[in-house]
Amino acid sequence: MVDIPYEGIANIPPAEAPDVELYHPRSWWTRYVFSQDAKVIAIQYALTASAIGLVALVLSWLMRLQLGFPGTFSFIDPNQYLQLITMHGMIMVIYLLTALFLGGFGNYLIPLMVGARDMVFPYVNMLSYWVYLLAVLVLASTFFVPGGPTGAGWTLYPPQAILSGTPGQEWGIILMMSSLILFIIGFTMGGLNYVVTVLQARARGMTLMRLPLTVWGIFTATVMALLAFPALFVASVMLLLDRLLGTSFFMPSLVEMGTLSKYGGGSPLLFQHLFWFFGHPEVYIVALPAFGIVSDLISTHARKNIFGYRMMVWAIVAIGALSFLVWAHHMYVSGMFPQFGYFFATTTLIIAIPTAIKVYNWVLTLWRGDIHLRVPMLFALGFIITFVNGGLTGLFLGNVVVDVPLSDTMFVVAHFHMVMGVAPIMVVLGAIYHWYPKVTGRMLNDVLGKFHFWVTFLGAYLIFFPMHYLGLLGVPRRYFELGEAAFIPPSAHSLNAFISVVALTVGFSQMVFLFNLAWSLFKGEASGGNPWRATTLEWQTPETPPGHGNWGKELPVVYRWAYDYSVPGAEEDFIPQNQPPRATQAVQGAVS
Amino acid sequence: MVVALILLLVAIGSVLFHIYSPWWWTPIGTNWVYIDHTINITFWITGFVFVAVIAFMAYCVFRFHHKEGRRADYNPENKKLEWWLSVGTGVGVAAMLAPGLVVWHQFVTVPADATEVEVMGQQWQWSFRLPGKDGRLGTSDVRNIGPDNPMGLNRDDAHAQDDVVIENGELHLQLGKPVKVLLRSVDVLHDFYVPEFRAKMDMVPGAVTYFWITPIRTGTFDVLCAELCGAAHYQMRAKVIVDEEHEYHAWLEQQKTFAELSGGNAVVRATYQSGDK
Repeated sequence: MVDIPYEGIANIPPAEAPDVELYHPRSWWTRYVFSQDAKVIAIQYALTASAIGLVALVLSWLMRLQLGFPGTFSFIDPNQYLQLITMHGMIMVIYLLTALFLGGFGNYLIPLMVGARDMVFPYVNMLSYWVYLLAVLVLASTFFVPGGPTGAGWTLYPPQAILSGTPGQEWGIILMMSSLILFIIGFTMGGLNYVVTVLQARARGMTLMRLPLTVWGIFTATVMALLAFPALFVASVMLLLDRLLGTSFFMPSLVEMGTLSKYGGGSPLLFQHLFWFFGHPEVYIVALPAFGIVSDLISTHARKNIFGYRMMVWAIVAIGALSFLVWAHHMYVSGMFPQFGYFFATTTLIIAIPTAIKVYNWVLTLWRGDIHLRVPMLFALGFIITFVNGGLTGLFLGNVVVDVPLSDTMFVVAHFHMVMGVAPIMVVLGAIYHWYPKVTGRMLNDVLGKFHFWVTFLGAYLIFFPMHYLGLLGVPRRYFELGEAAFIPPSAHSLNAFISVVALTVGFSQMVFLFNLAWSLFKGEASGGNPWRATTLEWQTPETPPGHGNWGKELPVVYRWAYDYSVPGAEEDFIPQNQPPRATQAVQGAVS
Repeated sequence: MVVALILLLVAIGSVLFHIYSPWWWTPIGTNWVYIDHTINITFWITGFVFVAVIAFMAYCVFRFHHKEGRRADYNPENKKLEWWLSVGTGVGVAAMLAPGLVVWHQFVTVPADATEVEVMGQQWQWSFRLPGKDGRLGTSDVRNIGPDNPMGLNRDDAHAQDDVVIENGELHLQLGKPVKVLLRSVDVLHDFYVPEFRAKMDMVPGAVTYFWITPIRTGTFDVLCAELCGAAHYQMRAKVIVDEEHEYHAWLEQQKTFAELSGGNAVVRATYQSGDK
């Protein structure tokens, strides 16, 4: 074994992190239900997010049935169609992806990866989950109230969101805004925890530039979310007031169903600015944890350090900062001040540079690696393809004048599904295959995993790649049916039917995954503590699954960065972060 | 190596799909062929990057997949390579952004000789208005809307009396004449969308938005709504017909003015002039 020969991450004097007093559960209830252990909270978050995510998946099936075979399914009417797309979008973006990456992966991985015993505010962390659960229940309840859930589109643009021409105007929209407000309250409690834990509770020797990129991604995304969600909070409160008290934050003088309404003096564009000031960073709130996690998957399974670690960290921070300066690229055709186009197109395309650096560094990590094509690595490769594809189509939509013909068409739908639907979900799935052994002590079944990967990856690509061309043709989004239009040829309808068939297939193939999760919990091969021979701290815990307090008696001490794979001269092809340099070991040996 | 081959086939298949797919943009109907050019430049640059990245990745998977005894290189970073890649990406981005901004400048700069027409959206139909012989559109307000005044024109405004009002019908435009399309909504957001025109813009209640075009070919075009506007969003349709000059004037002769429609009698039947008179 050798000292790290890498001067960039050379031994920096380790900071002292004092050990902490933990809350110890005294009953089954406080151990498994009202638990203050971040690992239990993580699993609660992940299961709740997945459950509501499955609802969103089923909604997408109904939506695709209508789009692929219009007129065939009489149980879907235009109002219900709008409710389907709205709930599908909102659940996927907020209640599934945001909650799963930050509440799920964040809670499980941050304390373990930085070498802490738990989050720094365990009680607030517990509250965060229960408020999130309440938000999910309020959201789900809209399916059962008079008028059903809101059909305003996930962007909830007023005036239509609160007027009677839109389904769910009675209760759906009120409960949607209430649920969002609850979600943001819950998230803020969790998010403050993640940030303070990363900054204050790192193990001795764990400098910021020794953190695994997973932690950098989740940390930066959390900081962004704490800054971006307040804009949505404000917009939600104002919209709720407009709906309930008849105020006019967003409502100008207008006619509602033939009669002059009581509203006047508000601005519909103000809502859009607030929504996208949150909404664009939201894209990166989902993407940055995925960037971080996939970096670690690639490095571990290619047995090679991540290429350009420092550049990767700065790219994450740069993307996070820049993403607050691009929101109005969602509004190029909104009727806003036209000169904004120059500024927002420029900032948007500049983001392509740090993003491209990340892509180059992922593929350069593969160069001269020792690539084990295990299931997590396959999902990482699938992520790179779908992310590159979706990122590049972003260069169309970000370039203001190119966006004019493409906005509000299926091109946009295809783009954002590829880049913030399929790509992050590839990472979520890869990450589950990667960390499942740590969480349960058992491996997921490999054959089922490979089947699941190929159907999901190729299927998702077949759904969304051709969809761009429907948008190029001019097919608008959010249409219950396309109807008569001279520019839409019959072949476009056939393509829609094809996409629907593939979408249903991919959807059902997820059942194989769910089966694998359940079956392997009892019958999976025992994994041991570090099945992938990985360097990061979570794989070095004394117990697997890690016990309460994570580390037994002694907190780990960190001596090196997270990527000492295949170090020349070392016996093994990985050196754990808490393994002391040889000199220290020799001294320890002499003492004992 | 099957995985590498499939990855490569995804890239090649995407390119072949792009070339042979029957789904492509509609034949353009306005001057905005520059927008199509910018899209084409973007396709070339992004297509090249896409194929290059995937091909490189597939090669790595093929060449460096795990075999007994293989050991990875230890290669933390290469500043020179990273800077070259960043600079190259910057050049590619600039090559897309620069033409994009130039065309955007044209898009937001309405020519002085453009005539005005107004499109009004409401749930879920379109109305149109053209200036009368005075060449000016009268003022309007949502509070004026009534059974005999569907567009809410201001009765006290002399400019409004001769305005041509077309409710729920077809809009005709004259071939080769630049036109500034003023957009207005009386209830929720809509978006006046004609795929062949390339230009589109949301209509916002409480504001007037616009875009401009010069029609370059005659024909009948579908109008769709491109901004979700409630339950019947998908049914909000109309037609735009681009005519030769004489056909356009023949059509215009038959349209009714606001004064005629609202029972006003003070205004003489307008005679319309061609633009160059």
